[in-house]
Amino acid sequence: MAAPATRTPRSRSRAARLLPVLGVVPFLAYLAVFLVVPTLTVVVGAFVEDGRPSLAVVRDLADPAVLGSLANSLVLSALTAVIGGVVGALLAYAVVTGPADGALRRLVTSVCGVLAQFGGVTLAFAFIATLGISGVVSVWLDATFGTGLTSSTWLFSLRGLVLVYAYFQIPLMVIVFLPALDGVRVQWREAAENLGASTWQYWRLVGLPLLAPAFLGSLLLLFANAFAAYATAAALVSQGNPIIPLWIRSALTSEVVLGHANFAYALALEMVLVVALVMTGYSLLVRRTARWLG
Amino acid sequence: MNRIRTTIAAAALAGLVLAGAGCAPPAAEPSADAAAAATATSAEALGGMDALVAAAKAEGRLNVIALPPDWANYGEIIKAFGTKYGIEVNSAQPDAASQEEINAATQLKGTDRAPDVFDLGQSVALANTAMFAPYQVATFDSIPTAFKDPSGTWVNDYGGFMSIGYDSAKVPAITSVEDLLKPELKGKVALNGDPTQAGAAFSGVVMASVANGGSADDIKPGVEFFSRLSDAGNFLPVDPTAATIESGQTPVVIDWDYTNAAVTSKLSSWKVVVPENAQVGGYYYQAVSKDAPHPAAARLWQEFLYSDEGQNLYLGGGARPVRADAMQEAGTLDADAYAKLPEVSGDPVLLTAEQNTAAAAVLSEEWAKVTG
Repeated sequence: MAAPATRTPRSRSRAARLLPVLGVVPFLAYLAVFLVVPTLTVVVGAFVEDGRPSLAVVRDLADPAVLGSLANSLVLSALTAVIGGVVGALLAYAVVTGPADGALRRLVTSVCGVLAQFGGVTLAFAFIATLGISGVVSVWLDATFGTGLTSSTWLFSLRGLVLVYAYFQIPLMVIVFLPALDGVRVQWREAAENLGASTWQYWRLVGLPLLAPAFLGSLLLLFANAFAAYATAAALVSQGNPIIPLWIRSALTSEVVLGHANFAYALALEMVLVVALVMTGYSLLVRRTARWLG
Repeated sequence: MNRIRTTIAAAALAGLVLAGAGCAPPAAEPSADAAAAATATSAEALGGMDALVAAAKAEGRLNVIALPPDWANYGEIIKAFGTKYGIEVNSAQPDAASQEEINAATQLKGTDRAPDVFDLGQSVALANTAMFAPYQVATFDSIPTAFKDPSGTWVNDYGGFMSIGYDSAKVPAITSVEDLLKPELKGKVALNGDPTQAGAAFSGVVMASVANGGSADDIKPGVEFFSRLSDAGNFLPVDPTAATIESGQTPVVIDWDYTNAAVTSKLSSWKVVVPENAQVGGYYYQAVSKDAPHPAAARLWQEFLYSDEGQNLYLGGGARPVRADAMQEAGTLDADAYAKLPEVSGDPVLLTAEQNTAAAAVLSEEWAKVTG
């Protein structure tokens, strides 16, 4: 119906509209291979037993020992998120009050960048060598104060995990919380002071309400980070499955209790659900902050 | 040493599988010889030992998995086999668990990196016999009937007894399971693995059970013992390895006598006892993979393991070779090494497949209470 003269620009514009879509294809393929396929595998696997659809595997999640691990996982993640969140936020605030290109800021951000990634087996071994049964610090504390650390197994229990997780949670908090603190304009404070507000009033009525969503969002990110951490715990805890990721390990590799591979899927599904809930909360909160701290 | 170092192994396996799915070359087209080797149930069926050796050399490679160098002398065994036949032995994931051997075989099936042979714990072996190719080694008749499948689908290769190893320089002498409760051992008693996962640790619980009035049919007293050990603060939840033992982190270790004995050469104050009132034995299971990418080399490996030479090599690592009795009669057993094995009197406890399954079920319910 259209004349040849008008056809050329229109098809060019169609190509122009297609190009950005093509650019997204690698990303979509990446998502499909590393997110969609594994998730579907987990969902399907959780409802299969002996090759037949079944709810039996999911029902095993109600086992008291598994529920106990889930509770531990939640407590561990929440606790280290709060510890990391509070300490990290204070540290980030200290950095922000200094000059924007000062030595302190450069030092803290680069150190945090490294430490936030310093997890896994390396971190676990670092702690074992320091605070473990024959750790350098434990031996010294024992000799000096008689603490009994060298015959204590606390590092290999939930308490130990809290300490070790806090080690990478705090720097991560600094990294994710700094941009939010940077977004707080000096002018807002000046405006508040011009209107006669005290420091306390400024924080209570302006600063904290502004930062609260970003803070809570960071907490949720930390929570998810700890909830999914595996290697650190696996290297530390070799007896029992105090947290869910370790249950997955034992379901996959047990040479004593066999045929549990599908139970690993069910446990993974349980984790996916918890993390999905957390991340939904996170994205809702971030949307709220974005309105203020653009 | 411990066969359940899953952290690294699992990650490595995941990597292998991802990489393998895309770019692993398929196994070489089987030649007529290889096809014959893949179904051969004995060396004779292939035209004798020489033909088997020739076919194996032509393949040139052997994939083994989950064989720690300091476990039952596997380091030496692999070296000896490679040198003798000029075959390159590719030892993957030395610290993997039995179940991971099976997982690897399933996931790598059809590639030339799939394991050729298995060395498995009882439960895993008996649950996966469909993956094994029946093969009878030349010395098949001298293996006691109780320790082999009649067709050679699996054959026990070596065994040992549950033992307590301890550093006599750090802790007082230990002679019985009950001694582990002593207050001097606070935070010092380690079990090699989680008994719901690792066969050696599982047998450790059986040992504790037998010592506390239980039996092969009733392992609850063993679980209760470990609860008491845990309540006393003596139970150390650390996976012992040669490194943790040498550095003094795990001064007392419950493990197979041969793995405990392997430490003695590195740590002279290390002592190994098999408790007199709790002698629990266990044998590992050897099998050829039905889908072995190097079927002739796999079969030659079996021949080597069950030859006098191979069996004596196990013995050199403190493990009890399955043909020990026959070899002792024939005078081919390494008498010096045999004399070093712990004395075992009376009837040691060996779990049947049924008892094993029942005990595993109890353990999976009860063990979580011990570790809290």
